[in-house]
Amino acid sequence: MKIQVSCFATLSKYNPPDGYLEVEDGATPAHILDKLSIPRDEVKIVFVNGQNSGKEVVLKENDRVGIFPAIGGG
Amino acid sequence: MARILRVNTRNKKVTNEELTGDYAGLGGRGLTSRVVRKEVSPTCHPLSSQNKLVVASGLLTGTNAANTGRLSVGGKSPLTGTIKESNAGGTFSQKLAKLDIMGIILEDKPEPNAHFQTLFINKDGAKFLEIPEIAGLGTYDASARLFEQFGSKVGIMVIGPAGENTRLASSIQFTDPKGNPSRAAGRGGLGALMGSKKIKAIVIDSEGAKAPEVADKEAFKAAAKRWAEILVNHPVTGQGLPSFGTSILINIINEAGTLPTKNFRDGRFDKAADISGEKMVEFINQRKGVAKEGCHAGCVIQCSQKYCDEKGEYLTSGFEYETVWAFGSNLLISNMDHIAMLDRLCDDLGLDTIETGTTVAMAMEAGIIPWGDGQAAIDLLKKIYDPKDYLGAIIGNGTSFTAEAFGVDRVPVVKKQSLPAYDPRAAKGVGVTYATTPMGADHTAGYAICQNILKVGGDIDPLGKEGNIEVSKNLQIATAAVDATGFCLFVAFAVLDTDDALDTIARLISARFGINFTADDIGKTGIEILKDEYSFNRDAGFTLAHDQLPDFFINEELPPHKVKWDFTAEEMQKAKVEI
Ligand code: SF4
Repeated sequence: MKIQVSCFATLSKYNPPDGYLEVEDGATPAHILDKLSIPRDEVKIVFVNGQNSGKEVVLKENDRVGIFPAIGGG
Repeated sequence: MARILRVNTRNKKVTNEELTGDYAGLGGRGLTSRVVRKEVSPTCHPLSSQNKLVVASGLLTGTNAANTGRLSVGGKSPLTGTIKESNAGGTFSQKLAKLDIMGIILEDKPEPNAHFQTLFINKDGAKFLEIPEIAGLGTYDASARLFEQFGSKVGIMVIGPAGENTRLASSIQFTDPKGNPSRAAGRGGLGALMGSKKIKAIVIDSEGAKAPEVADKEAFKAAAKRWAEILVNHPVTGQGLPSFGTSILINIINEAGTLPTKNFRDGRFDKAADISGEKMVEFINQRKGVAKEGCHAGCVIQCSQKYCDEKGEYLTSGFEYETVWAFGSNLLISNMDHIAMLDRLCDDLGLDTIETGTTVAMAMEAGIIPWGDGQAAIDLLKKIYDPKDYLGAIIGNGTSFTAEAFGVDRVPVVKKQSLPAYDPRAAKGVGVTYATTPMGADHTAGYAICQNILKVGGDIDPLGKEGNIEVSKNLQIATAAVDATGFCLFVAFAVLDTDDALDTIARLISARFGINFTADDIGKTGIEILKDEYSFNRDAGFTLAHDQLPDFFINEELPPHKVKWDFTAEEMQKAKVEI
């Protein structure tokens, strides 16, 4: 199935070419991190459809995954 | 011993007072709010002779501990009618501290036709000067002229045409280490208060002054070393903020579905990538700007930058997330150069960027200019330079005033101050802060975005109710204390995640003054400040009914999460320190 994946800030170099990734049914954000070879210690926040649902939630077709390092501002 | 400079703007008398009695041991927001509580009638008209403008450096300002050079500016707010503390960077605060001045109080008021004055302060005292050439000038030209006269090493606090004409959205601007007046005490219309006192600028020269010494040098040195480590080692203060500035937030707040778009109609902006921190840094690098700068010496975080136009000419600095949002997704403008120009205009006119962005949204709601039209927004703001331009006068008076002038009913304000860059429906902790802080809608007063979105200092669901009142209350207390020290609020990212951070701050304060200040005392300091502020507001006539967000947040669902605002004002009283 197709998942929309965006990596931000210092992680943008890991972005999949067209912003989408093909994964197997039952895949989780953790699988996506591995597939893109993103070092776990550089990842602070993973959003699925804009919510902080953790790295182990099972994804559905066309889910939107956002991957971030530690971020602050204001 | 640290002193207060009391300046009568009518008879031009300046007196020095010791910090004793009610003011003993206070600094920053602790001092500004105490002076306003004690000396300003809560029901006075904010532009009358009864109001006072108070400027104070922090308890640790002037020391070499990192990020301690911030300044508090207080008074009864012309915009909100509440008490106000607005916090600013720039070089002014450290020079004040070097002269051993903890605070300046501007009081009384000259005759209506009096000319604007400049107050010059150095080691020999303070004097009023009339410099007719700078009257009516934007802050960039005015400060350039003042640097010419007083030398490049002075620090400048200055208002623009908006403040001179007592517009309610006006800011007070401060020069940064490069001499640009791009740092602002933005919120609450304090520029109008300074304008009402007929003070165009305060110039401070600390040359030749002998800075006050810290009481226990060894202990201070050790604590300051640990403090710098704490800031540099944390990924946000050590890496994220320096690399991308505060606009690093655009993408994550957009992903989280809480980036207010088209005057709070949507939580996502389809062109967010065009106005992101990543994009800003790309432009800065292409155009030979500077991606990381500090707003004062001794800042190790350096979230500021120099942003240049296409030709490589300096356009603006201190170009922050809030500003990019206010003129960007809030107005559907995605052209970064237009947004940068709007930031520059606000700094030059002396206007709060947040308040002005939401004001332009009211003009767009009313059909005065089209949504998304950056050039039209630029042309609109330029009208504020002309004191006789009626449209400029309306826009310069802020969101609430402009909405009333044009019959707009979608008005994102609390206590007449506009909401900043997070939709409260999908970031409920900061929504509680907007509703309950004594300042009117203000994110800095209790920045629960940390726990709601960024997972710093905890993890609290931004869409639900649980935990959001408590987190807002705790943050409001902690922030008030931070604002008393002179620390930049961004240290909080590291403090919230580091076990010995509060102890280290307490050690710094103890060693600075030779007292025994503990981590518990930090919380007590915050509570005392909030008590002064809430009691002032109560006496000014603010009630439970004022502690709520506008109706449309309660009635309308915010996409994409389809959430409404669901806290009652009664529930939220628990977020307030009891008076
Ligand atoms: S982090 Fe930014 S706002 Fe804070 S002191 Fe440094 S430059 Fe100023």
